[in-house]
Amino acid sequence: MTVELQVEKWAGSVLQVTLGATANEGGTRARTVTVGGETTLPFLHFEGQIPNPPRVAIEISAQYPGDWSPLLLKAWGDAVNDPAAWAQAAEKAGADLVLLQLNLTGDGGAPVTAADARAATRAVLQATGLPLLVFGPGQVDADNELLVAVAEEAVGERIVLGICEEKNYRTIVAAALAHGHLVNARTAMDVNLAKQLNILISDMGMPLDRILMDPTTAGLGYGIEYGYSVMERLRLAALQGDKMTQLPMLVTPGYEAWRQKECKVGEGVPASWGDWEERAVLWETITATALIESGADILVMRHPEAVRRVKAFIDRLMAK
Amino acid sequence: MALSGLQIYKLLPQTNCKECGYPTCLAFAMKLAAKQAELANCPYVSEEAKEQLAAAAAPPVRLVAVEGKGHKVEVGNETVLFRHEKTFFHRPGLFVRVKDTTPVAEIKAAVSAAMGYAVEYVGMRLHFDGVAVEAASGDAATFKTAVAAVLEGTDRPLILMAADAGLLEAGLTAAEGTRPLLYAATKDNWEQVAALAKAKNVPLAVRAGSLDELAELTVKIKGLGVEDMVLDPGVRDAASTLVTLTQLRRQALKKTFRPLGFPIITFPGEGAADGLEETMLAAQHIAKYGGFIVLDRFSPASAYALLALRTNIYTNPQEPIKVQPGIYEINNPQPTSPLMVTTNFSITYFSVANEVDGSGLPGWLLVADAEGMSVLTAWAAGKFDAERIAKSVKSTGIESKIGHKKLIIPGHVSVLLGELEEALPGWEILVGPREAVDLPGFLKLWSA
Repeated sequence: MTVELQVEKWAGSVLQVTLGATANEGGTRARTVTVGGETTLPFLHFEGQIPNPPRVAIEISAQYPGDWSPLLLKAWGDAVNDPAAWAQAAEKAGADLVLLQLNLTGDGGAPVTAADARAATRAVLQATGLPLLVFGPGQVDADNELLVAVAEEAVGERIVLGICEEKNYRTIVAAALAHGHLVNARTAMDVNLAKQLNILISDMGMPLDRILMDPTTAGLGYGIEYGYSVMERLRLAALQGDKMTQLPMLVTPGYEAWRQKECKVGEGVPASWGDWEERAVLWETITATALIESGADILVMRHPEAVRRVKAFIDRLMAK
Repeated sequence: MALSGLQIYKLLPQTNCKECGYPTCLAFAMKLAAKQAELANCPYVSEEAKEQLAAAAAPPVRLVAVEGKGHKVEVGNETVLFRHEKTFFHRPGLFVRVKDTTPVAEIKAAVSAAMGYAVEYVGMRLHFDGVAVEAASGDAATFKTAVAAVLEGTDRPLILMAADAGLLEAGLTAAEGTRPLLYAATKDNWEQVAALAKAKNVPLAVRAGSLDELAELTVKIKGLGVEDMVLDPGVRDAASTLVTLTQLRRQALKKTFRPLGFPIITFPGEGAADGLEETMLAAQHIAKYGGFIVLDRFSPASAYALLALRTNIYTNPQEPIKVQPGIYEINNPQPTSPLMVTTNFSITYFSVANEVDGSGLPGWLLVADAEGMSVLTAWAAGKFDAERIAKSVKSTGIESKIGHKKLIIPGHVSVLLGELEEALPGWEILVGPREAVDLPGFLKLWSA
């Protein structure tokens, strides 16, 4: 008996977005990283092209991340005190990209200044040849002040500036436009909100191939199914030809997993949760695994072992 | 796939007798296609048409049940490729494999660890579904001993795994009184194994190296009278299982291809070098179309992760899991104890309640009716605003239970502060932490 395979003919595809610029392209990166370009659902090689695998960005913090789980602090050791050393450690741990997170306050509670943000960006750009993403603290005034300075400092490097949200995107997009960067557009788990923000940003003159969209996800056990389904719907819409959904997706399984109790703490939890370190690494790994199955193009992660595992799994999924 | 109204119309008498209650046969056919009418309402429909309509109405993925002495597990009967299209209905069965070449004492310990395991998750008690026993020894007596040992440790269903019908029959004898899944019929043994499955009325897994061979085998086995089948397409790696399981689900749903319209069994341990890799593969099979998932390794941490993922993926997207709105008393609160408000989304409620409970500090938790959404989602959708919060403060009678007028709101909705002070005159509104995990520290500083 011959089973006739069911092959979908998709009308659309995901845009390719390139992060970073080498010396030839006006930057100083050792290499660029391109994501997107899929013409089918995740890893269905028999049906279309998956020209670029999902990529892993390791999140590092410009200031000592005092609220991070002790397991993460242990895994990165002294590097957590120095973004340059941390960026190098991230590269060594297999990162495809480095995401520099800026905080509101630094040592002793002093506010992080534009000069601090510039210095951290410069230090990381010098420490690693990987393409860079820089995210602000998530507070409107601080984001605008710090990210404008970062955009100037990294002129020509094609870094990704984040996070653009509906309530605050204009200043960040303008800074990215002025200095040749990309932006990350985040919306709250909703297909139409995602499309709307992409439209608003592109209306400012930002080419679509310089926008990543972040539909917001949740950690395993904490509503991951909502983000998972929104990602599947966005990707299906993209393949069906809906232009404003055809951007590569960036998601943050590291942040989402590590803010949950399952990762964060080892004491005062039920015995049925098992070994703390095993559980924590698993939690981030499984959160990330579910998200690559639903269409993630960039995973922002935190623990080096989870990164190693997820990258190996992506390699296996990319094998035809 | 279900028949269209026109296809059904062709099978009806086309006399427009109106006895079904509809003006024409076509109108009746349209109602049938929309599942708003019953075929039995037509007094003149032929037996042949009834059979055809019943066959077309059969679920595209057959529902297959296995039973232990105290538990039943049903898988299959799925109707969509993506959970947002409707929902996934039957959670995949999570089984743990033991081999009969393992000493009996170790088998018992493994069964006790895996079947004794349970974890509390948002008010549900989650556990694995059963045990797969493999006749790795090739010896009937050894296999029987192992099956008997497993059944002493669990009343959940079994999967009996062996290379030939004789061994499987020995296993079935030892498992009398249960309805296990037999694994597996292949191109070499299918006649004997299918005869056994038919005689004992148990479901049968069918393994082949390609979809063509798999479809050929299920057709032949169905010819022997076995209806309940489970598919093993023989793939084990991440890429090939994703592609093949997706193809199988599409064959069933998009083409109503009956020879492949059965649930799928997977063995993530056979495609993995260690426990974490096995867990990742199992996670993929939960998300993408596994029916029975047989694990080779058990650890509490990995069990918790897989059980949580299964619950999440199989949650009906149209019906968020909710708790009853109202007042929840935690750690025997007094009139001076703090009052917190949150939404009635289950995950939100349990995150908050568990933190307060774990802190050992007493508290009143006011759960507002936010239509089962989390704090931020509900706020964005206008289901967790000042008006709704004020209403739940007033309607629940909390004011008569406490001796203060202070309300702690989630940090994520600090913007509601001003409106709430207007909506609740005389109340002091306090902004709590954004995440539940930070509540114990916050509550330590509380004073009425």
